[in-house]
Amino acid sequence: MSEVKLLEVSGLKTYFHLENKAVAKAVDGVDFYIRPGETVALVGESGSGKSITSLSIMKLINKPGKIEDGRISFGGKDLVGLNDKQMTNVRGKEIGMIFQEPMTALNPVFTIGNQIIETLIRHKKMTKNEARLRAIELLKVVGFPRAEETMKEYPHQLSGGMRHRAMIAIAISCDPKLLIADEPTTALDVTIQAQILDLMDEMKKKFNMAVLLITHDLGVVAEYADRIMVMYGGQIVEETTIEKLFLTPKHPYTMGLLDSLPSLEKEVDRLGAIKGTVPPAHRFPIGCRFSDRCPKVMSKCRDMNPSIYETDAEESHRVRCYLYE
Amino acid sequence: MYKYIIRRLLIFIPMLFVLTIFVFGLIQAAPGDPITGKNFDPNIDPEVFERQKEALGLNDPIHVQYWNWVTKVMQGDFGESYIFKGRDVSELIGERIGNTFYLGIFTLFITIIVSIPIGIYSAKKPYSILDYGATTFGFFGLAVPNFFFGLVAIYVFSIKLGWLPSQGSVSSPGLTGIELFLDKLQHLILPGLTLGLAGTASYMRFMRSEVLDVLASDYIRTARAKGMTNRNVLYKHTLRNAMIPIITLLGFEVGILLSGAVITEGVFQYPGIGTLFLSSIGNRDYPVIMAINLMLGFFILLGNLLADIFYSIVDPRIRYD
Repeated sequence: MSEVKLLEVSGLKTYFHLENKAVAKAVDGVDFYIRPGETVALVGESGSGKSITSLSIMKLINKPGKIEDGRISFGGKDLVGLNDKQMTNVRGKEIGMIFQEPMTALNPVFTIGNQIIETLIRHKKMTKNEARLRAIELLKVVGFPRAEETMKEYPHQLSGGMRHRAMIAIAISCDPKLLIADEPTTALDVTIQAQILDLMDEMKKKFNMAVLLITHDLGVVAEYADRIMVMYGGQIVEETTIEKLFLTPKHPYTMGLLDSLPSLEKEVDRLGAIKGTVPPAHRFPIGCRFSDRCPKVMSKCRDMNPSIYETDAEESHRVRCYLYE
Repeated sequence: MYKYIIRRLLIFIPMLFVLTIFVFGLIQAAPGDPITGKNFDPNIDPEVFERQKEALGLNDPIHVQYWNWVTKVMQGDFGESYIFKGRDVSELIGERIGNTFYLGIFTLFITIIVSIPIGIYSAKKPYSILDYGATTFGFFGLAVPNFFFGLVAIYVFSIKLGWLPSQGSVSSPGLTGIELFLDKLQHLILPGLTLGLAGTASYMRFMRSEVLDVLASDYIRTARAKGMTNRNVLYKHTLRNAMIPIITLLGFEVGILLSGAVITEGVFQYPGIGTLFLSSIGNRDYPVIMAINLMLGFFILLGNLLADIFYSIVDPRIRYD
C-alpha cells in the first residue's frame, strides 16, 4: 500500500468546558493517519472518545466542546483552520458520514429521495432531474429493488436496515474519498449487521473510498478492517495491523478486551473481564489513564502518563505503555 | 382524508347535542331568571311579570322548556332575544360575528408574524442579548393581565398620543371601500395587540424550545454532516419539524379566538360577540347566552379538527384513513 496519506490527524485535542469550570478532555492528543482506500478501525468502550474523534474530523463538535489543538490534514488541507462555510464544502462531498441510529438519523418529514437529491444538488451542482436519476441509481446500488418508489417514501415507512442503506446512499452520493462510519451496526439485528457491513465493504471497493470504522465490536473489526487503533481515555493506546493485534496484543487494555471475547478454539469457564469502568473525561488519573484498572500496573504508571512507543521495526505497532519503553 | 373529515364532522352532531344539554342545564342551575332585578318597580303590578313569565314559557317544567328550545335550534331558530325586543338571536349574533372574526384573524396574524421569527432567532442565538430581551418580554406578556395592558394602551396611545381610537369598530357609519378598511384596521390595532400579547409571548417561548430541541436531534446532525449550509439546516430541516406542535396549537387558537374575547372586547367597547355575551349574561337573556355558548363549542370543535388536518399535512407520519 502506498505511503500517501489521505487523512492525518496529529495532536488532536477536543475539550468540553463544563459549567463548573471543569474540563472534560474527551480527546486528548490523538495521532493517526488513513491511507487512500484503506479501512481503519477505531475501537474503544463507551466514553473512550472515539465518536468525538470522528465528529472532530467533521468539525461537528457543538458547544461547550471545542477543538483546542492539533492538525487534521485531509488531502493537503488543514481542516482545523477552515471556517464553517468552507467546512460545508468538505462535509458530504469529500468526507461522508454514517451514524449509529437509523431510527432518528433521517429527517422524518422529507422523503428519502428529497434527502439524497439535496446532497447531490448542493455538492455536484446537478439539476433536479439529473439528481433524481442519480439518486435512483444510488438506491439501486445500495440494494433497493424498487428504487423509484422508495424515492417517494418517508423514513418511517422503511425498516431499520433499509434506513441504514438509505443513509449509506446519502453518504456515498458525492463520491467521498473518506467514509466515516460511527458505530454503523450497533442498532441493527445481527443478520442485518452483516449485510450492512458487506455493503459498506462493497461500496468502499467500488468507489475506492477509505473507511474510518468506529465500533466497539472487535468481531466486526477482524473481518473488515486493515488496521486498528484502540482508544482509551481520549487517547490511542495501541495501533497496529489486524493480524498483530489479534495474535500479539501488547497493551494490557487490548489484552483485556480480547480476553473478554468468546473464542471457538479455547474452552474457558469464565470470560475475562476488565475490572472497573472508564473514568469520566474530567477525572482521569494523573498517570496512565488505564492504571486504576490495569492488572500489570507499576508504581511509575501512577505518576506520569506514558508516551506512545514503537515496538516493531518492520511494521508499525505502537503502544502507549511503560512495559514497552 | 376526505372520509376522515366527513366522519369528524358527523361526530360534531352528537357532541353538539350533548353540549345543548350542558348549556341549558347550566342556565337553569344559575340563580334567578330574566325577570329578576326588574320587578322592583312598585308602580308595576306583579301580575304583569307573572304574565310575562308565562308568555316566555318560563313556568313550564324544565324538560318541556328544553324540548321547545332544542327542537327550534335544530331547525336553525335560536329564538328571540328577551332584552332586544323582537330581534332574532341569529340576527344579533350575525351583526357582531364579523367584528369578532376580524379581530380574531388580526390577532392571529400578529401572533404568528411576531412570535415565530423571534422564537427562531432566540433558538439560533441562545443566551444572546436579544434572546434575554425576548425572554423578558415573554414573562411580561404572560404576567400582565389583558385588561390592564388594554387600559394602559388606551391611556398611552389614545389619550396621551392620540394616535389610535380607543373604542368601537368604526369611527363613522358613512365610510366605504378602502377608507372603511383602513378605519376598521385602525380600530383593530389596540384590541388586537392586547388580545395577542399573551399568545405571542407563549408561542415565542414555544418556538424557541422547539427549535432548540430539533437542532439537537440526530437528523440535524446528519444534515450538517451532508454539508448542508446553516441556512438550509435551519430553514428547511429544522423549521418544518419545529412547526409541527406549533401548528397544532394554532388550530386550537383559531377556535378560541373566533369565540370572541370577552374581556378585551369589554375594555375597548368593541362590538363583537364578547361584549354581547357579557351583557346577555348580565340581563339573563337566555336565548342569546345559549346560542353563543353553542357557537363557542362549535368553533372549538372546528379548531380541533383544523389542528388535526394541519397536523397531517406537515407531518407525513400522521395519516388518517
